[in-house]
Amino acid sequence: MRETIAAISSAMSEAGIGIIRISGPEAMQVICKIFRPGKKEKDILSVPSHTIHYGYIFDGEKTIDEVLVMIMKGPHTYTGEDTVEIDCHGGILSMKKVLETVLKNGASIAEPGEFTKRAFLNGRLDLSQAEAVMDVIRSRNEYALQSSLEQLKGSLSEKIAEIRKDLLYQIAYIESALDDPEHISLDGYTETICNVVDTQRQKLAWLLDHFSDGKLIREGIRTVILGKPNAGKSSLLNTMLGEERAIVTNIAGTTRDTLEEFMNIKGITLHLIDTAGIRNTEDTIEKIGVERSRDMADKADLILYVVDSSTPMDENDEEILPILQGRKVIVLYNKTDLSPQISVEEVSQAVQPHPVIPVSMVENKGLDELEDTIEKMFFSGSLSFNDEVYVTNSRHKEALTEAQDALQLVTQGAELGMPEDCLAIDLRNACEALGRITGESVSEDIVNEIFSKFCIGK
Amino acid sequence: MTEKKITENYDIVVVGAGHAGCEAALAGARLGLQVILFTVSAESIALMPCNPNIGGTSKGHLVRELDALGGEMGKNIDKTFLQSRMLNKSKGPAVHSLRAQADKQAYTNAMRRTLEENENITIRQGEVASLIVENGQIRGVTTYSGAVYHSKAVILCTGTYLKARCIYGDVSYPTGPNGLQAANYLTDSLLSLGIRMLRFKTGTPARVAGNTLDYSKMEEQKGDVPVVPFSFSTDPKDVQIPQRSCYLTYTTEKTHEIIRANLVRSPLFSGTIEGTGPRYCPSIEDKVVRFAEKNRHQVFVEPEGNYTNEMYLSGMSSSLPEDVQFEMYHSVPGLEHAKIVKNAYAIEYDCIDARQLYPTLEFRKIQGLFSAGQFNGSSGYEEAAAQGLIAGINASMKILGKEPLVLDRSEAYIGVLIDDLVTKENREPYRMMTSRAEYRLLLRQDNADLRLREKGYRVGLVDEETYQKVCRKEELIRQETERLEHTYIGNTEEVQKFLIEKESTPLKSGITLSELVKRPELTYSSLAVLDKERPVLSDDVCEQVEINVKYEGYITRQKKQVEQFKKLEIKKIPADINYDDVGSLRLEARQKLKEYQPVSIGQASRISGVSPADISVLLVYMEQYGRRHRDE
Repeated sequence: MRETIAAISSAMSEAGIGIIRISGPEAMQVICKIFRPGKKEKDILSVPSHTIHYGYIFDGEKTIDEVLVMIMKGPHTYTGEDTVEIDCHGGILSMKKVLETVLKNGASIAEPGEFTKRAFLNGRLDLSQAEAVMDVIRSRNEYALQSSLEQLKGSLSEKIAEIRKDLLYQIAYIESALDDPEHISLDGYTETICNVVDTQRQKLAWLLDHFSDGKLIREGIRTVILGKPNAGKSSLLNTMLGEERAIVTNIAGTTRDTLEEFMNIKGITLHLIDTAGIRNTEDTIEKIGVERSRDMADKADLILYVVDSSTPMDENDEEILPILQGRKVIVLYNKTDLSPQISVEEVSQAVQPHPVIPVSMVENKGLDELEDTIEKMFFSGSLSFNDEVYVTNSRHKEALTEAQDALQLVTQGAELGMPEDCLAIDLRNACEALGRITGESVSEDIVNEIFSKFCIGK
Repeated sequence: MTEKKITENYDIVVVGAGHAGCEAALAGARLGLQVILFTVSAESIALMPCNPNIGGTSKGHLVRELDALGGEMGKNIDKTFLQSRMLNKSKGPAVHSLRAQADKQAYTNAMRRTLEENENITIRQGEVASLIVENGQIRGVTTYSGAVYHSKAVILCTGTYLKARCIYGDVSYPTGPNGLQAANYLTDSLLSLGIRMLRFKTGTPARVAGNTLDYSKMEEQKGDVPVVPFSFSTDPKDVQIPQRSCYLTYTTEKTHEIIRANLVRSPLFSGTIEGTGPRYCPSIEDKVVRFAEKNRHQVFVEPEGNYTNEMYLSGMSSSLPEDVQFEMYHSVPGLEHAKIVKNAYAIEYDCIDARQLYPTLEFRKIQGLFSAGQFNGSSGYEEAAAQGLIAGINASMKILGKEPLVLDRSEAYIGVLIDDLVTKENREPYRMMTSRAEYRLLLRQDNADLRLREKGYRVGLVDEETYQKVCRKEELIRQETERLEHTYIGNTEEVQKFLIEKESTPLKSGITLSELVKRPELTYSSLAVLDKERPVLSDDVCEQVEINVKYEGYITRQKKQVEQFKKLEIKKIPADINYDDVGSLRLEARQKLKEYQPVSIGQASRISGVSPADISVLLVYMEQYGRRHRDE
């Protein structure tokens, strides 16, 4: 609970400078390990509180970034604890690298709302703010949980579940033998454990290697494509990706579920989500699709609203307009290749204050302008992605690393000739770490696995 | 005419004289309180109605811990065992477990004698029918015959007797175990007090006449030599006795065929049995169904005592009809001509949902009412005894106005047992298992005295001399462990020769003795030849030193985990907390917290459905609450 925590505390955007905040009893030790001051003789541990220092962040011998470091000793800090703020170059990549270095050197990633929680628990916020603090914790955790689950969909969660399952089986086997040595023997079992552990460690290493390349985690600007049926949403996705990903037909309602893809525009990762067209419908399956579309739009960082210029705005567009309120939106005036039934000005009027870009997927027109607009929004800071997504990803990564370390200890223990009951302890720690990602606790799982797989007891 | 009834006053009423009740009564009496101990039959005190052993994996730990705290079970089995073995000896010290075969009658007699010799205990045969409660405070009990016993505390240890029913096939007797009278009235009294009841089931195998078995078809299993006593107070010299053997045989395909052919006649399948049985003690029919791929199951044939030739058929409990049992047992090699003395049966009984208890084992709703043992939804003699001791201590502490004794998960298996019972939803009789103890490297059976003697001493169950002895032991261990860390061994010819002999890598430079002890091929005792200044130390001290050094890595890491664990454990939740005031809790968490009323943040965090975010919210709320109360 009184661990030292760290997080990116500026917006996750390309704008300005990035701030990484470290708080907790080890904050000074952490910065000491990774910071080399511009003036070599300076000792960061003995500088006065509330002072700023110029220098570099190092990961071992590798320079990570040129930074300013603000040293603030407790209790006169936001959290009331020793706090260090690192001002690094703006840009998601550099912020992430600095944070990763901090995490590698003794800090843990902050839980959602944790800085605020500590500020309150340490008496830095007054009583009247307690309710607000609790709300922050709840809402941020809810968001994090939601995004965590969404990121976990598909391959990552399946792979983790598989690893966990294999480890759990080994634990259950060992524990069964320990609980009922007269029924189950462990003779020579260390070798089996070592083999399983080696395989699982390789799998974890693969996961960690592939963690940041966007294939496993859904990190990026959540960009949701909205529009009434047959407005050309799927065509937009395909044109942007340059491939036939979505099934495009002229039958309204073809896309019943959502499609997700990742793409890169000028160094910015977009997490593109194509949705079912929004319209009043009685078709049950399509209805679910429409509900999902609304849901997705609610969680979007950016909405691309596709308007079909070849048909008048109708009641389906009326359904969409309220969703756009207060959101970051780019409106695409689509099908300029056909004869318009509604003018750009009329659309602009209807969607104010959002920008409108005329495009044609058939003629491949207007996409450059779209990309420029997205880039501008991002670098001006008006568009950023929600940092909870990043936070949960860091937490997942931390958990994977912890599981890997625990498995390393199993191998070491086996080499030292430690008995199986000791090896089981580290196997269990590995399982517990993985369970933090999948939201499962270990203890009951072990007991259930023992009883379901092994015949023990008299 | 006025009705005349017996009315007596005691400090503590203990209901039930099984393993829980005996420990509870002795704890109260030894702490100077007047105790009356009720039993449906004075001949069935500390009865072992099922398996004839004490200890076993993780249960052995419970007995050791109970002994260190000042309980009786360890001493009693040391006086009455027939055979003793240390299980898991080839594995790490954390899972070594002592198990003894008991002479059941001798065990009962010895415990009865100990109770009778304590002048603060009154043994009373009779059935307690209802509780006297006034304004949420227990005042005593009344018996079926109408007698009234006033008391300051009541400890319920009714075991498997409440509305008990014994079943095999379509035969169902309304009796407790072993044909003893059931207790049929107390459940209604408990229900009327608003206590939630559950119905659990357990079972026991048949007993056969030992002189009708063919042991030549079985594998003999002898006891360990030398015998390690259970109790830290027993002189090892006193337990080196001639031991009885157990025998191992196996079920056959034929056994399984008989069972499969008659499954439809099992009361489990017909729905006669409603209670939930333990997964740990599956009946033989259960095993045959669930593990169909196994073509045989072990059957341990164990003596019930020296007073009888009855043998217990461990591994073959059943509730199949009598005729099927007859056929089934006779299909096992060695049992072809066995005379069955007692049928196998399943037993159903009422117990409580133990989440209604504080970790002190006192009812949340009723002050002064405690409970222990199978009544709390556990299974096993040792689990019962451990709870009985804690309930006895805490009932006494309450009467004496002292701090209760609550062991946490990092201090003892007893702590794990009770925390699980009062925190988790329990759907079957709860059995202790080593996998349930997160910090088991620290909770070894060999160091139970070092862990718990002091607590027993503070409570008043361990005397000054015993306590001082353990303090001295602790100091010697510390000194010797430290000496090993600071004693360097050079790479002399003698050392290298010794290492080569032991197939250990020769030294490049000097190394500490602890580093050498850590090598898998070396031990503390084998290194004595190189260790010129080694003091003369007792075996138990040497054992601790060796474990401390060899497993240092694991021990250190587990100690760190314990530190984290304790931080949440010491944050107590105020009893008058209103979870409806904590606006930001998720609905599920709020309901669970209201239902369980955890005593600490640590306990709250172990309730399923309470997330880490809810714990954070709770911490903030408690800080707010605390500040408000400080301000007032």
